[in-house]
Amino acid sequence: MPIFRFVFQRLLQAILVTVAVTLFVSFAIRLTGDPAIMLAGDSSGVTEDDLARIREALGLNQPFLVQYWDFMKTLVTLDFGESFFRGSVRDLIAIALPSTLLLALASMAVSIMISLPLGIHSALHKGGISDQIIRVLSLVGLSFPNFWLGIMLVLLFSITFPILPASGFATGQSLILPATTIGIILTATNVRLVRTQMLETLSAQYVMVARAKGLSEASVIYKHALRNAAISIITFLGLQFGNLIGGLVIIELVFNWPGMGTLSIEAISQRDYPLLQATVSILAIMIVAVNLAVDLVYGLIDPRIRVA
Amino acid sequence: MSDIKPKTSWFLRFFISRYASFEFIVGTFLTVTLVLLVLFASILFPDGATKVNLAARLTEPFQSSEFFLGTDPLGRDILARIVHGGKISLLVGLLSALGAVVVGTVVGLYAGYYRGWLDTFVMRFADIQLALPFILLAITIIAIVGPGTDRIIILMIVSQWVQYARLVRGAVLSLREREFVQAARSYGLSNTKIIFSHILPNAMGPLIILLTLNVANNILLESSLTFLGLGADPQTPSWGGMLSEGRNYVQTAWWVTVFPGIAIMLTVLGLNLLGDWLRDELDPLGHTR
Repeated sequence: MPIFRFVFQRLLQAILVTVAVTLFVSFAIRLTGDPAIMLAGDSSGVTEDDLARIREALGLNQPFLVQYWDFMKTLVTLDFGESFFRGSVRDLIAIALPSTLLLALASMAVSIMISLPLGIHSALHKGGISDQIIRVLSLVGLSFPNFWLGIMLVLLFSITFPILPASGFATGQSLILPATTIGIILTATNVRLVRTQMLETLSAQYVMVARAKGLSEASVIYKHALRNAAISIITFLGLQFGNLIGGLVIIELVFNWPGMGTLSIEAISQRDYPLLQATVSILAIMIVAVNLAVDLVYGLIDPRIRVA
Repeated sequence: MSDIKPKTSWFLRFFISRYASFEFIVGTFLTVTLVLLVLFASILFPDGATKVNLAARLTEPFQSSEFFLGTDPLGRDILARIVHGGKISLLVGLLSALGAVVVGTVVGLYAGYYRGWLDTFVMRFADIQLALPFILLAITIIAIVGPGTDRIIILMIVSQWVQYARLVRGAVLSLREREFVQAARSYGLSNTKIIFSHILPNAMGPLIILLTLNVANNILLESSLTFLGLGADPQTPSWGGMLSEGRNYVQTAWWVTVFPGIAIMLTVLGLNLLGDWLRDELDPLGHTR
């Protein structure tokens, strides 16, 4: 398949997915309840006329597709419109999005720092005691809820030994516990990934050649095997991004982290349509974009992928 | 000392040689223990799970035989609540995974066999589902339909069937061109017969592995959703609900939060170990990795 057609097809797919997700979210949030009642408060003097006026002011009396179209316009211009309760959506996202990205990157960094050495070690000592222990530990890491690990870390490092902040985002120290929590959860999958990929490249012929040339073991492992394994490892990390964003939502809540997850959950409970549409759409677009990037880069490097 | 025969029967020897792996033994032990505890919960703890005993509130664990794992803020026995709470976890894990596997397998079989619009639909649905974080989807939908264990199960099926459909579709795509399928076709068998009697059995291995891991994952997911208040109501004992209650007392009463988490961990670990062992047995080439 020619390269232009491949890129065009993937781009079109990504746009269609984005439209479908935003359409679904906009539609679903409008079924959750009437924001006019929330805005009017629970004072008893509110009449049906008042509610109708509020709905009109918010544009909620328009047909759904008109409302969706207006929302898409604000999305494309990166303006995001006004929240029902909290002012400009753009201002809210300007705080939440960097916090979430920071947490996501920090967790990935923690996970790579642990899983890379452990995975390589496991692959080099396949079947040995340390490999078995790492294998079982990674299974254990897949076996508890991420938020429970978060609470346990708080119990240990904020309550029993009060050395780290338990919640909020005040200083750089606040990042340590939430990032470690998600980092450990990600590590459980990533150790196995690194191990499998390393085993695959270590048995490849070019590694045998490198050994036959008399290169040092370190050079064989890090320059030849790891570099080649890195391609597929990076691909998997990219595809992990969606799961990571999903997992962040509940961790942000537990650590009171001012990110996109916390913002979305607040928006749902307040029936804040514009805010929720914006947060979920941005998260979805980010996931689609990362998947698209992985797809494209991989397709450009490896022509076999383009067919599928 | 004339004839020394092995004392174990051939069956036991076969069993040991084939199944004596760490994963199988520990995994089976954990899973069977949990299932037995849950089945006999009401015999083991006839009135313990919901009985409020304010005089004994927040009793520390390992102090008395009556409340071995301590009590919660309402004086309810934590051990009893854990054993009874396992019911919801097991129920949600099993029903959601079974529902997803049935829907996903049927759709995947037909999509892979006939291709066409159904195939396109499966692949596009998978794309959309990948882009929408499940927790956010769950919170939105539960805001519409209200919380409940049944809704959580349906939600899981709706968002997870497609992973089975993709797996089965992939298997069918390669199987449908194989000689035995063409032979079946030349015999004049109906497409339905070919799909269910000739193609499906050959795609079973990866399906069983995915199913095991899916049950484990959904037990985790259920606890997350109930923790967020989207699942079972707080009166019913459930592991996620216990964690969400215990969180407020974590400073003074660690045991309220620690023990339900360990219960989740042991359960899910058991299933993960079994899934891992099944993968070694059924999928040596690593398609489900």
